[in-house]
Amino acid sequence: MANPISLSVTAAAIGTTRAELSGPRGARPKRAISPRNVFIYGTLLLVSVYYLLPLYVMIVTSLKGMPEIRLGNIFAPPVEVTFEPWVKAWATACTGLNCEGLSRGFWNSVRITVPSVVLSIAIASVNGYALANWRFKGADFFFTVLIFGAFIPYQVMLYPIVILLRELGLFGSLWGLVLVHSIFGMPILTLLFRNYFTSVPEELFKAARVDGAGFWGIYFKIMLPMSLPIFVVAMIIQITGVWNDFLFGVVYTKPDVYPMTVQLNNIVNSVQGVKEYNVNMAATIITGLVPLIVYFVSGKLFVRGIAAGAVKG
Amino acid sequence: MTSVSIRDLTLKFGSLEVLKSLNLDIDEGEFLVLLGPSGCGKSTLLNCIAGLLDISDGQIFIGGNNVTWSEPSERGIGMVFQSYALYPQMSVEGNLAFGLKNARMPKDEIAKRITRAAEVLQIEPLLQRKPAQLSGGQRQRVAIGRALVRDVDVFLFDEPLSNLDAKLRAELRVEIKRLHQRLKNTMIYVTHDQIEALTLADRIAIMRNGIIQQLDTPHEIYNRPVNLYVAGFMGSPGMNFIEGEISGAGDASFNVAATQIPLARYPFARADRPGKAIFGIRPEHVSCGAAAMEEPFSTDVEIEVVEPMGADTLVWAVLDGKEFRFRVDGQSPLQAGQTVRIGFDPAKASVFDAASELRL
Amino acid sequence: MASERPNRLYRNLTAKIAAIPMILTAVCVFLGGTAWTVVYSFTNSKLLPRAKFVGLDQYERLWGTHRWVVSIENLMIYGICSLVLSLVIGFVLAALMDQKIRFENTFRTIILYPFALSFIVTGLVWQWLLNPDLGLQSVVRSAGWVSFNFDPLYNADIVIFGVLIAGIWQGSGLIMVLMLAGLRGIDESIWKAARVDGIPLWKTYVFIVIPMLRPVFITTLVLITSGIVRLYDLIVAQTSGGPGIASEVPAKYVYDYMFQGQNLGQGFAASTMMLLAVLIVIIPWAYLEFGGKKRG
Repeated sequence: MANPISLSVTAAAIGTTRAELSGPRGARPKRAISPRNVFIYGTLLLVSVYYLLPLYVMIVTSLKGMPEIRLGNIFAPPVEVTFEPWVKAWATACTGLNCEGLSRGFWNSVRITVPSVVLSIAIASVNGYALANWRFKGADFFFTVLIFGAFIPYQVMLYPIVILLRELGLFGSLWGLVLVHSIFGMPILTLLFRNYFTSVPEELFKAARVDGAGFWGIYFKIMLPMSLPIFVVAMIIQITGVWNDFLFGVVYTKPDVYPMTVQLNNIVNSVQGVKEYNVNMAATIITGLVPLIVYFVSGKLFVRGIAAGAVKG
Repeated sequence: MTSVSIRDLTLKFGSLEVLKSLNLDIDEGEFLVLLGPSGCGKSTLLNCIAGLLDISDGQIFIGGNNVTWSEPSERGIGMVFQSYALYPQMSVEGNLAFGLKNARMPKDEIAKRITRAAEVLQIEPLLQRKPAQLSGGQRQRVAIGRALVRDVDVFLFDEPLSNLDAKLRAELRVEIKRLHQRLKNTMIYVTHDQIEALTLADRIAIMRNGIIQQLDTPHEIYNRPVNLYVAGFMGSPGMNFIEGEISGAGDASFNVAATQIPLARYPFARADRPGKAIFGIRPEHVSCGAAAMEEPFSTDVEIEVVEPMGADTLVWAVLDGKEFRFRVDGQSPLQAGQTVRIGFDPAKASVFDAASELRL
Repeated sequence: MASERPNRLYRNLTAKIAAIPMILTAVCVFLGGTAWTVVYSFTNSKLLPRAKFVGLDQYERLWGTHRWVVSIENLMIYGICSLVLSLVIGFVLAALMDQKIRFENTFRTIILYPFALSFIVTGLVWQWLLNPDLGLQSVVRSAGWVSFNFDPLYNADIVIFGVLIAGIWQGSGLIMVLMLAGLRGIDESIWKAARVDGIPLWKTYVFIVIPMLRPVFITTLVLITSGIVRLYDLIVAQTSGGPGIASEVPAKYVYDYMFQGQNLGQGFAASTMMLLAVLIVIIPWAYLEFGGKKRG
């Protein structure tokens, strides 16, 4: 098939003018080090230093001994690497109330995060599904109120929820905090699921109804299996959100169920004793480790999650 | 006088050759259409001519100047995009003036050019509106206006009508043709719509896989396609293809099973006669009933499906076990299940070598 | 009653039952809770909420309190700086990332990772970096610039800028990602048309692209604003409101009065003021964004 007609055209072209064939030919000459590239990569590299510096300092500080920290500068790599600060931060650092290190806070956070994530995603996915496919009267109103709730300062709702939890007998307990996280995770997650389920072709939903499937049948047999990625996105949002929370943890729990962030703040900002910067930094890294791992493992899905938070309903 | 010349143009994305050593000369005032399916490289070629894509090898001349390394704005071109690409926050007038203002053109000259373009395109009443307030057709007119005010020699159109509905498309097509007749600029027009190509073009270049398959007038392309691909691409419904063999040297004939089509009247383009060949005849070159008996070749076929389309009717029949389409008058009483006599003149047919798929 | 038109209430009944958690949250917690707080801000509740109304007393006392005025000033300075810097940095970074650069993913990962960290972690890291005796200041001084002075966390006049550095570090990646998504959404032919028209790159950005990104800018603005008003964890971790009360913010004022000062009325009044600040931004935005659609 490949007999391009261009053969004959070329022949004609050569006959026209020879002068035409001179001058520039091929790709525009490009320099690897153009002022434009220097500007772009230079700026990005400089900015990268600003973003990476704290992480670097955290790590090197946590690996130094206290005498070295007092003498040297914070950017210098450790002369003598020690993991003692990590051990101490995990097991024996004091908060002013107890000296059990971060381990207790870590396990508290795990016990808070896991049920919060499961419960909030279960509720929000059903909400989103109901809003997208089973529109009922007033649904728009409730949804609008819900979304407004995402912007209202939490401080306004802090005390009423204290009363609510007291009435339910959950105040100060782990489950109380789980409930609070489910409530405040609802706006963004519902929005996420609603937008996703709206994008599912309506014909699919109609076909299932014609086949006699009901509300739960369609949800479990059709919607759930095809929306795995969005569940992962929701998990990313919720794990980092719950893990990083401080305000709800400090308001709604008692010291023995404090989540990790509260525990960390109490260790580092405790006024008693000598400041051990290396232990503090080790504790800080350990606390940040879970969301960081989620971030690095999830990659593009994390970006999708935060973009979903910004899209309008 | 040549307006646009392309010499040995090659474009690679990594190791993928999108355009392969392509040569093309476009005369001044010519309307050239680049036609092909999506992914054939036609839009890529247009973007190379505009300077929006850096080429890998070869040269581009516009108006006698080597513009291979020039910026798009220095090439003396105006371009119209499928998505209009109007600046949404500016009024129509602002859209037309923005490039000129930027080139520090005197105000009265800008005003003069806008007035002229608005008059040519009949968009005077729209000058103060924002693009969002315009219909698709009006937007595309403004986009053409933006190319017009640049007062350039060469217009590039990148599928300008594809976003419009069928009726508007037909209207604007005529308008572009009128515009070309009035301005007499060189125009290069990319489309995948063969009706647009046939109606607008002085010459059509049919592209496939980065190679120009045939460059010729619409009439030649339609009636004398150089290869099987072009023959199959042009025309809707497409050409009937019958696989068979050519026998005899002087008074050759095309044989398929029991049927023998005489090729005495067929204007062979080449001297050699390979055995296996493909015989192509367009549905509208087939006559039927009494008229068929007068053609140099006729045979009986059984009708499977009849599709009345108003002005004419398309008939799907079976010839020697193979599907065979032909077009009859819209008033024809033919019905499915009937056997009918059809005939055609092999002089209007196209015969291709089965191996190389080139025209014989 | 229902016997007249039974299908009305029972239509989509399962869906309605399934949505009960959402309805309860929206109505009881968000609407009810907010209304409750606003109502009780007019009472003289101390340790426990009491429905004894005292008019605007709490608000008068609030605005007469030096700490609250400082908190508002801090929030204004932090808010305006953070808004401007986030938008500028976010947009410039997004524009740079949009230049078909190599290692785009690497750069994005680096710029965005602080956003995965909590404000507590952010605050503690920057507290350490800005430590005048051992941190940035001492490093620069020991490098030879002896008079170098940068101790925002111990200087009441500039402490809020120390917090700002940390806040921008944590949040600007998000803005960059949102802006980049906006830039990627712009029709590529617009860029081509501008090149054919001979518009220089910076003019294309200023006169064509930025106006086209208006909705992204507005959404971002609302996000940043509602985040700024909540500013709390970062302050607690980085400065604890100090030195003195120099870096106090409204959210901390609310917490301290409600849960430590045993002065609920002040906490309610202060949080109502915060609500008001957010509503001033949200309502015009919601009207612009959704108002037109509902009428349509």
